[in-house]
Amino acid sequence: MISGIFHYEFLQNAFLTGMLIGILAPLLGVFIVVRRLSLIADALSHVTLSGIAASLLLEKYVTSLAGLNPLYLGMVFSVGGSLFIEKLRGVYKHYQELAIPIILSSGIGLGVIFISLANGFNTDLFSYLFGSVSAVSRTDLWVILIISVLVVAVLILLYKELFILSFDEDYAKASGIPAKSIHFIFIIMVALVIAASMRIVGILLVSSLMTLPVAASIRIAKGFKQAIFLSVLFGEISVLGGLFIAYYLNLAPGGTIVMLAVLILIFSILYKKLMINQYVQKGGTAG
Amino acid sequence: MQNIIEINHLFYRYEKDTVLEDITLSVPEGSFLAIVGPNGSGKSTLLKLILGLLKLQKGNISLFGQEISKFKEWHKIGYVSQKANSFNTGFPATVFEVVASGLTKKLGLFTFFKKEDTDTVLTALEAVGMQEFRNRNIGELSGGQQQRVFIARALVSEPKVLILDEPTVGVDAENVDAFYEMLGDLNKHQGITLLLVTHDIGTVSDKVTHVACLNKHLHFHGGTKEFEASRGEGLSAFYGHNVHLLTHHHKHGGVLQ
Repeated sequence: MISGIFHYEFLQNAFLTGMLIGILAPLLGVFIVVRRLSLIADALSHVTLSGIAASLLLEKYVTSLAGLNPLYLGMVFSVGGSLFIEKLRGVYKHYQELAIPIILSSGIGLGVIFISLANGFNTDLFSYLFGSVSAVSRTDLWVILIISVLVVAVLILLYKELFILSFDEDYAKASGIPAKSIHFIFIIMVALVIAASMRIVGILLVSSLMTLPVAASIRIAKGFKQAIFLSVLFGEISVLGGLFIAYYLNLAPGGTIVMLAVLILIFSILYKKLMINQYVQKGGTAG
Repeated sequence: MQNIIEINHLFYRYEKDTVLEDITLSVPEGSFLAIVGPNGSGKSTLLKLILGLLKLQKGNISLFGQEISKFKEWHKIGYVSQKANSFNTGFPATVFEVVASGLTKKLGLFTFFKKEDTDTVLTALEAVGMQEFRNRNIGELSGGQQQRVFIARALVSEPKVLILDEPTVGVDAENVDAFYEMLGDLNKHQGITLLLVTHDIGTVSDKVTHVACLNKHLHFHGGTKEFEASRGEGLSAFYGHNVHLLTHHHKHGGVLQ
């Protein structure tokens, strides 16, 4: 039955891409969550939507651009949006979270205009919103593979700096670490991964893949490396499990993946509760 | 003895408010200086200037005999910030990971932790008496224990001077003595010069060798003995005249009552 899945090229594409995203999104997600930037992922995914809508619009009216992969323009918009967020965070120093709704609504606004210019929704756009198993092309897979290699390499090379920046930004700055440049590199990676992930999970659910596995892992992890490991493990289980279930039950993959991640999160919360209760009981008998 | 920090006629203002006025102060090698002042006395601004986080406006600061603008050896200066406002207690990192992060700058970009770095981290944890907590998550520790971990993080880069901003905030009253005991130990036995700022004169212990009282101006600067002899006159300038400094030698050098 499982070998049946890999018979089709589109399913191979979907699973391989899913595996990569299952690593990438939670990996960056750990840093996003501990830095309390979870909503940035949401804002950027909506900006990505406007990029995709723009691409679909161009495709429709500019014949030489027919067949343009919307992923590219999505990435351009996402990276552009991340730069705007950084700029706005500088402008509103005391209301840094304000940058997020500004960018989020601008992204949606622009996206809706592009969609209306292209005479409304089509199935292609729908698959970008909620993810699709059949939409992933070989080119998408290659692009996502390149992004994966890039992101993992940067994370390994800048691990020390990203750790200290996440744990204690003031200290990082005081000890002379190039905090600004590193944050800049980081936010661009986030933008790229969001654009890369939306094929599978869809724009509306991308941020969940960056936050839910992390939310589950930080309940039970001992130390940062373990938090990273568990986040990736939970992310991978959600994506691959979700894709299988979605394929066999004919469900939207994005939703299935997210609900699996929610399930893992609930288990980890219950597990932690159980651990605490046992600890308290032990303490009770000893005392 | 070399002066590790030398401040000459330093002024600083934020827009219209002058926060530091004509500060001249030196920190000799091997000393343990406590800068005492109420909230808003310019203590934090002074620290930020010493650490190069704020630009000099008027006056000058030398570190290790070198003008601050030309100073490059920042690894010689360890800084322990006010813990309360700069870290997220839910952060999933072990004590070991936190202390190892103190090596980030020294190791430089695109490098990895090596075997000998593990020893450095364990030595630093031992110096603050926290080695047995190395695998615990930082958020599970008490305020005093966390503060020790942050001191260990500053110690791993083997600094000559340690600058502490309100280190006893968040340390339980009964642990403050042990905390100063540890600082005194670092100062005496490891030869680390210490500079701490605090708003709470009650926490200044007999481990401190020099005291400076700051409230925009420097009201007192000298040895702890002279400070006690002056019965805290430097302090009355901002804590009020009916405040008396009582000395009892078995515990703290001075207690404000």
